[in-house]
Amino acid sequence: MAKEIKEEDLRKVVLESGIEVKPIYRPEDIAHIDYKRDIGDPGEFPFTRGIHRFMYRYRPWTMRQYSGFGTPEDTNRRFKFLIEHGQNALNVAFDLPTQNGLDSDDPLAKWEVGRVGMAVDTLKDMEIAFDGIPIDRISTSLTINATAPIILAMYFVVAEKQGVSLKDVRATPQNDILKEIIGRGAWIFPVEPSVKLVCDIIEFCARNAPKVYPVSVCGYHIRESGATPAQEIGYAFEIAKTYIDRVLERGLKVDDFVPRFSFNFDIFGNMFEQIAKLRAGRRLWAKIIRDEYGAKNPRSMQLKMIAGGGGAGLTYEQPENNIVRAAYYALVSALSGTQTMALCTFDEAYTIPSEKASLLALRTMQILMEETGVCDTVDPLGGSYYIEWLTSEMEKKIIEVMQEVRDWGGMMNAVEKGYIQAKIARQAYEYERKIQSGEIVKVGVNKYRSEKEEEREIELYDLDLEAVKRQIQRLKEVKNERDNSKVKRCLEDLRKAIKRDENLMPYIMDAVEAYATVGEITKVLKEEYGVFTEPPIF
Amino acid sequence: MGRKPRILIAKPGLDGHDRGAKVIALALRDAGFDVIYTGLHQSIDDIVNAAVQEDVDVIGLSIYSGVHVPATKELMEKLKEAGLDDITVIVGGNIPPKDRKVLLDLGVAGVFPTGTRFEEIVEFIKNRVNGDGEGN
Repeated sequence: MAKEIKEEDLRKVVLESGIEVKPIYRPEDIAHIDYKRDIGDPGEFPFTRGIHRFMYRYRPWTMRQYSGFGTPEDTNRRFKFLIEHGQNALNVAFDLPTQNGLDSDDPLAKWEVGRVGMAVDTLKDMEIAFDGIPIDRISTSLTINATAPIILAMYFVVAEKQGVSLKDVRATPQNDILKEIIGRGAWIFPVEPSVKLVCDIIEFCARNAPKVYPVSVCGYHIRESGATPAQEIGYAFEIAKTYIDRVLERGLKVDDFVPRFSFNFDIFGNMFEQIAKLRAGRRLWAKIIRDEYGAKNPRSMQLKMIAGGGGAGLTYEQPENNIVRAAYYALVSALSGTQTMALCTFDEAYTIPSEKASLLALRTMQILMEETGVCDTVDPLGGSYYIEWLTSEMEKKIIEVMQEVRDWGGMMNAVEKGYIQAKIARQAYEYERKIQSGEIVKVGVNKYRSEKEEEREIELYDLDLEAVKRQIQRLKEVKNERDNSKVKRCLEDLRKAIKRDENLMPYIMDAVEAYATVGEITKVLKEEYGVFTEPPIF
Repeated sequence: MGRKPRILIAKPGLDGHDRGAKVIALALRDAGFDVIYTGLHQSIDDIVNAAVQEDVDVIGLSIYSGVHVPATKELMEKLKEAGLDDITVIVGGNIPPKDRKVLLDLGVAGVFPTGTRFEEIVEFIKNRVNGDGEGN
């Protein structure tokens, strides 16, 4: 006679965030949850089910593939290509020199001009990149952090030149330097002045450009660097609170600027854990903003996000498998109730996205949106015994993470001392060990591996060296044509404003309008603020 | 006799993706090597100087931004100029298969793209560096 299988006989399942999962959930598992108090209808506090009443039934998510490479002309063509194919928003990638405040002719910029994004030296480059693109009708995400004040200032000036008022500009500079120090590496200045610059943008936009989302707090890169899903949300919230606290000190009220906070989260790994983390995140954020900060405007309490397929889930082996992974990540993002979606493309372990791979990612989202019915009903997993139980458990874990940051003396201190960097590097190592031991399965890597490694047909991006020369040539021309005494004056005004600790945005706008370069402006900031030194983490 | 192999894990250029660098640094340390990590944003001169100062046997470049060929080329040249061509150089990160040979031709001892097993790298270094002769 067959032996009856008992629950204890089954393999144990523990999620990355440290939550043990049972094989079956029942009504008693969610008996402690009160629908009105803890879940609520979509569009109602605490927004667990979504920040809008009808969500995708009324307005499907925005699709925003990360793109930008080479010269501004190349990028302009790719933007137009994506818009032609139905993308309704842009997500601009900048090259590493631009992200690090170096001009294309800087010796430290060699090899990197235009390689992983668009090269920007002066306003001229942004004028070319957005030529023929209606800034008042397209919302643009600028993936830029340490030099965000410069690039956003350029975007504002381009808008004004197109006849679009700052009040109508819809943009999202990433502008999250703390995550850059934790996990993405494009930092320049020490922690304190870096955070001041973040807050300059938030304050300036609250007062002058109300449709801009002045910061996109990125749990994404922290998770990509080794954080668990609970840490991803918890650290992002502590970062966001750091910015909020600083901006409140400048005399703005929470409802003046927090409605325009946005977040960037990462999807890979256990799908239910990701869905629960974002539902829990919405609930917790709403409570924090209402109860700790006393917000009255529900829009302040709504956790707005871009969530999409992350690179850390993708593999170098059998790269076509990544197409399938990205499709699942897209589904998970949709089931999580994101406002905006982007997918890492299948070729990203090899190269920056090819046109073909970008288009495939866009089609992946379109198929999901148009063919599967995923947009028909809001939060279709809401009320599931498992999902609601897991949402509550994730909320508890996130709260624990946030408490640990406070025990470290707050986010600024934790980042300055490298506590978070050390912790997630250790976790990334443990995670990789589990992949190598087979404890975490990656198809094509540690299971179902092809013995014969077939020729990989990846279309690689080759940097166009002629384009790099043209970029440097243009920089030279702009410098020759501009009014150099005006540039000098603007940079001196900026330096004085730094010494007076004013909001620097107006001074940076003047400087970029005079065609001061990214490198020149950054140099002034570096001279006044110094540069960040990484804490040793092992 | 038998000093632990000393390895410099280095991030040349402006690439900020350091998960791989940190992970391999921890793995090599657990394997019993002395590991020094440069941190981000290093010029090739910085890396050569660190290699001299720390008296390393191996330099591991970690690169995800696509600059592996020019960065490696410059490192090999500068090591040669400094008379340090006995240092073993290995490269890891986002390295497309077609570039493996290019890097080996530049004089790199081993290429370990994303996802390479730790033990493969550990064995490789042990065989190269450990006291049993002139390397393989």
